[in-house]
Amino acid sequence: MKFLAEINVMPQKEILDPQGKAVKIGLQNLGINQVSDARIGKHIQLQLEAGSEAEANQIVTDACKKLLANIIMEEFEFKLIQL
Amino acid sequence: MKFGVVVFPGSNCDDDTVGVIESLGHQAVKLWHKQTSLENCDFIIVPGGFSYGDYLRSGAIARFSPIMENVIKHANEGGYLMGICNGFQVLVEAHLLPGVLLRNNSQKFISKNIYLKTGTQNSLLTQALDANKAYKVPIAHAEGRYFADEKTIQTLKDNDQILFYYCDENGNINENSNPNGSLENIAGICNAQRNVFGMMPHPERAADIALNNVDGLEILKSIVNC
Repeated sequence: MKFLAEINVMPQKEILDPQGKAVKIGLQNLGINQVSDARIGKHIQLQLEAGSEAEANQIVTDACKKLLANIIMEEFEFKLIQL
Repeated sequence: MKFGVVVFPGSNCDDDTVGVIESLGHQAVKLWHKQTSLENCDFIIVPGGFSYGDYLRSGAIARFSPIMENVIKHANEGGYLMGICNGFQVLVEAHLLPGVLLRNNSQKFISKNIYLKTGTQNSLLTQALDANKAYKVPIAHAEGRYFADEKTIQTLKDNDQILFYYCDENGNINENSNPNGSLENIAGICNAQRNVFGMMPHPERAADIALNNVDGLEILKSIVNC
């Protein structure tokens, strides 16, 4: 089975995200004052082969923990789409 | 002592590091990241630069280069290993040192001289340093904000693992002398076994009289004076 994993990696909530902060100020400078917070992370797409959805889940979790996210500073979530 | 300087695609402080070690009268060889042999080096240095273009996270991909398996083994067996700037980032990504290095709180790449004070003389890297002196050494990084959870910071303090703090020229360690937002002004640490060192500032860039600053040389001399 072929899967597409849509992964989001975000800085942990308690960690200052200077990039997000700069973007928030930029938006406010544009007059978009309704924005009270901005945080910036990464979106990663992986295509993979797996025997089942549970196996795909395990593979992607492993990839996130070992390389795609550094869990000291980031958190990750993903959804799997069967292709 | 024989030194090995690991070279990744994007390393750019390898020449400076080799030059300084040689100026101290010791042998230094470059170790290409695709090789696995450490060529019987006693002390491995992972130099500064932008390994793999800082893709994904600084140091994250370099960690998986072929040579790293033996570098990690060398460290786990008690061999000396030091990461400078990007090298420090590689070593935290390889979990050889605790914590992470986040984007500077100013969101800018900072390239300037800062001052460092040693937090302990109980390490090969700091044993010959003056505990009261503020050493002038340059930094050049965008991701140098040292972060670790509270428990890890407490462990670093309890075990005397904080090698360097950012300070001002008079040695005061405070918010104003913190260039990047590092927790507790931490600029360099070692592991609990005291054989793996990491620091964001570049001592090898302050090691030539022609540059009118040899404070960095004093730090590196500490290694070879053992």
